[in-house]
Amino acid sequence: MINNSLHAFTSIVRRDLKLAMRNRSEWTNPLFFFFLACSLFPLGIGPGRDTLELIAPGIIWVTALLAAMLSLESIFRSDFEDGNLEQLMLSPHPFTILVYAKVLVHWLVTGIPLMLLSPLLGLILHMPADGILLLMFSLLLGTPVLSLIGSIGAALTVGLKRGGMLLSLLILPLYIPILIFGTGAVDVGLGGLDASGHFLLMGAILIMALTLAPLAAAAALRVSI
Amino acid sequence: MWKYLLKLTSFKNFYQFSGKLLPWLGVITFILFVVGLYWSLVIAPIDYQQKDSYRILYVHVPAAWMSLFVYIVMATSGAIHLIWKTKLSEVIANNCAPIGAVFTFLALVTGAIWGQPTWGTWWVWDARLTSELILLFLYIGYMSLHSAIEDRASAARAAAILAIVGLVNIPIIHYSVDWWFTLHQSASISVSKGSSMHPSMYWPLFVMATAFKFYFATVLLMRTRNDILERDQNANWVQEQEKSL
Repeated sequence: MINNSLHAFTSIVRRDLKLAMRNRSEWTNPLFFFFLACSLFPLGIGPGRDTLELIAPGIIWVTALLAAMLSLESIFRSDFEDGNLEQLMLSPHPFTILVYAKVLVHWLVTGIPLMLLSPLLGLILHMPADGILLLMFSLLLGTPVLSLIGSIGAALTVGLKRGGMLLSLLILPLYIPILIFGTGAVDVGLGGLDASGHFLLMGAILIMALTLAPLAAAAALRVSI
Repeated sequence: MWKYLLKLTSFKNFYQFSGKLLPWLGVITFILFVVGLYWSLVIAPIDYQQKDSYRILYVHVPAAWMSLFVYIVMATSGAIHLIWKTKLSEVIANNCAPIGAVFTFLALVTGAIWGQPTWGTWWVWDARLTSELILLFLYIGYMSLHSAIEDRASAARAAAILAIVGLVNIPIIHYSVDWWFTLHQSASISVSKGSSMHPSMYWPLFVMATAFKFYFATVLLMRTRNDILERDQNANWVQEQEKSL
């Protein structure tokens, strides 16, 4: 039975990755948004090197968070509309495991690319090289949390016609801790201090989200369908 | 005992029971407010540093306590509804949200009014203020999710899940902003260390906090009774109630 469930998990991951590869705009649009929104800040604030360097970690983190949030609807939306989600729910496998697969794919197609794109943005916002490394590492720990917590909001609003605005209202307050520690790690590291405390806390949040969020998302999906 | 409690959770029995309870709660709330307000605004000594402006804490602190307490009540009754599917807990959870949001708003506004003369600014990005603001957003999110879903039963269940997720998050949010930046003084009263306030200032605060608790219970019962009547409007006992008026 466990082997079967694992098989169901991997086949969902494979299928969703294939779908994402065939429908490229779904995962490239958040990346373009990320890039575009980041480049709006120098235009709004002014191109001064010192100011940009100071606020770059915050800008990159906030826009990455918004980009991840805007792509959340895609986790369950299309499967909900064509009835796939109902079939998954009827399957004998634990529904939470199938939700894990969905969230993992969301992270693979948005979180990882966002993290890989962040050095480029750090560069144009004049971040120093060691700051960029810290930023990438904090995004590596932080983006799975964004996908995991976000999946709860996506599950709660999947049945609603215009759930996008509501989704951000539900999810953004819950994103605050990871944002604080994510930008905090970079700031502390750039200040010459040891950032490992922040990273450990982010890891703790990640483990907690990993164990609890899919349960909540699965329960929410059962309500929504 | 258990059987008796279960009986109480039916709409009809709860309506009749709370009808008997409500006048008492109302009277106690009124007396506590009269005593507490007079004590805190007139009798309690003036603070040597903040002069009279400190007296707003007699509203601010109970409101801030209640903002968290109401959230816990809301999430707990939401969880009870999810597990045992009792109708009453659903109604209670839903009616907690607007009351709790108002307490949170009151705590924020009184805090701002107090901060202007004391800190010299209406708003600072301080840990407690920020977590209180986030709490307000959690309440607003709860209410908008509940009103966005048309089907009443699934709206209540979805909102309950959100409330529980929020409850797990509140300590994390609290500590994250706590370590982030803080200007607010640490709590003067704690369960483990007792109170660092002088008794002449502490006791009126205690009375006010109790008054706020009773006020919450009264308003919650009134709202719940209203909701019960609306939901059961076609039931026999409601029709009879109407005729007897």
